[in-house]
Amino acid sequence: MAGVQVANVSRSFGAHKALDDVSIDFADGGFYALLGPSGSGKTTLLRQIAGFDFPDSGRIAIGGESVERVPVEKRRIGMVFQNYALFPNMSVADNVAFGLSVRGEAKATIAAEVQRALDLVQLGKLGARKPHQLSGGQRQRVALARAIVTKPRVLLLDEPLGALDKALRVDMQIELKRIQREIGITTIFVTHDQEEALTMSDRIGILRDGRLVQEGPPEEIYDRPQSEFAATFLGDANIFRGNATGNGILLADGTTIAAAVGDRLVPGAKASCAVRPERIQISTGVVKPDTGNANSLKGQVSKRIFAGNNSTYFVDRDGQTLKVIVQNTGAERLAEGEPVVLSWSPDSTVLIAA
Amino acid sequence: MADQLAIGSRRGLKPALPLLLPAYLWLTVAIFLPLSAMVFFSFMTDLPLAGKDWAFTLGNYAAFFSQGLYATLMLASLRLGLEVTLWCIVIGYPAAYVLAKVLKGRSREAIFLLVILPFWSNGLVRIFSWAMVLREGGILDTALNAVLPFKINIDLMYSYPAVIIGLVHSYVPYMVLTCYLTLQAIDDSLIEAGRSLGASRRQVLWRVIIPLSMPGLIAGAALIFVPVVGSFMEPRILGGRTGTFYGTVIEDQFVAVFNWPLGAALSFILLAVVLIILALAAPVLRRAG
Repeated sequence: MAGVQVANVSRSFGAHKALDDVSIDFADGGFYALLGPSGSGKTTLLRQIAGFDFPDSGRIAIGGESVERVPVEKRRIGMVFQNYALFPNMSVADNVAFGLSVRGEAKATIAAEVQRALDLVQLGKLGARKPHQLSGGQRQRVALARAIVTKPRVLLLDEPLGALDKALRVDMQIELKRIQREIGITTIFVTHDQEEALTMSDRIGILRDGRLVQEGPPEEIYDRPQSEFAATFLGDANIFRGNATGNGILLADGTTIAAAVGDRLVPGAKASCAVRPERIQISTGVVKPDTGNANSLKGQVSKRIFAGNNSTYFVDRDGQTLKVIVQNTGAERLAEGEPVVLSWSPDSTVLIAA
Repeated sequence: MADQLAIGSRRGLKPALPLLLPAYLWLTVAIFLPLSAMVFFSFMTDLPLAGKDWAFTLGNYAAFFSQGLYATLMLASLRLGLEVTLWCIVIGYPAAYVLAKVLKGRSREAIFLLVILPFWSNGLVRIFSWAMVLREGGILDTALNAVLPFKINIDLMYSYPAVIIGLVHSYVPYMVLTCYLTLQAIDDSLIEAGRSLGASRRQVLWRVIIPLSMPGLIAGAALIFVPVVGSFMEPRILGGRTGTFYGTVIEDQFVAVFNWPLGAALSFILLAVVLIILALAAPVLRRAG
């Protein structure tokens, strides 16, 4: 087991900069998600860590040992591929045994280790099957067992749950997390699914156009996004753009929005504020002054989407559509077209430099 | 895919008949009928031409077993088929690998064209152009003597190697094509998965790539071995006196000696031997694939 350090790694393919000076420290035993839209460089970064491709510049270390020029087969990593990449000509047990057998381990050792790995992923009885006789979820587990049986220093997962349907994906998320805790392996997980990143990882790195946008624990990125991109890519956010004042921003129409979270900015500088839809209260009357909701705006409900446990209101205000999510408490529902007042606390408002 | 097959079989054979009939009619007319006539000939004492007398006999088949020459030539032809097949694997498989896994786009198309080129040229032209290359004072001899500081004498013409060279040249595209198809179907992530598990490139080749491309190797080997065992054009032109094989003897019976019944009988013995070899090899090959 070992941590992974990526320092100032850049990689270009022709004129395209796939990775641009990326540095991340992956702690030993942590569960790390690399999140980003397609083309953001997250898979390229994973392939650099795995050793399928070498960086143009920068340093990659696994367990303190520089590996940026070490080929993949010598890096002692485990990898789970998006399409599982099980060997179709081998049985489940032979697939799992592959990594041990190319190392020339004794047959008895291999059999015992394979059985232990298959038991860990709850497939102990299916060793004799061929991959094509398994369901998608079972193949996923075999791929995981095959990747961890060699006791790698780091486990790399390339969108491993992308091919599964939703219910199975949630099951596998829990299962993957359980197995990761049980063996305590450093895990780096590439995904474009923000929910998956939020629920599974200890830390998230958001990538965009080959650059690391923000990095930290999920709560921190969600509560204190440092860019509009981070705010809108990880979760939903209402964005207001204007000029910084001492403690918030001034919108073009003269409205001020107070923000208590985020960096202090030079007054007058271009800035924006991000507010999560579930932090906004929506009401038809006047806001009571004692709620602490110093920010308030008037608007008109343009659309309501009912989703069972909550409702999403789209509220038009001066050409901008704001999103508000309200828990379904049984209180009266607002009709489309109704004039409303939106209010929220400065503590829920993040100031972002433009 | 299993589901699709199940649906197909449930519909029955009837709707498929219009699609199957043209091919099977053609096969019946073009192959089955002439072949039946040949079977008939092989049991005759003489050709029923110009009012000659003829009778049924097993003598044509008995000739194979009574004269050791035919068995010797059969063994020589089988050895030739084996050697040519092996050379085609050695030369064709790496080429197919590079085409399927290394080259992309334009360069792949260009190299592919070069591989298929022998198919586009006439077989006789191909063989005679080899004759010009291999003979003493030919292209190979002249070129090597122009480059090398000492005098060497290259005369491969009318020799066993010349026959091998000509046959390998004619048949290597089959191996390249069948192997290319199976290699291309192997997902690159399987190779990456193997390496991520600590396997060297060589181990990935032997444990993943070759087993998965076995169907292509087997198909290519069958496509090459069978016609090479019965080949006569390359042995005759490039082999000269050394180029007497089972196939050339059969050709002689039809073209020179005009003993069609013996030629037909020898052909069917060859067919039987080849079928026995393929049947014996099938279980072994199936396990390997």
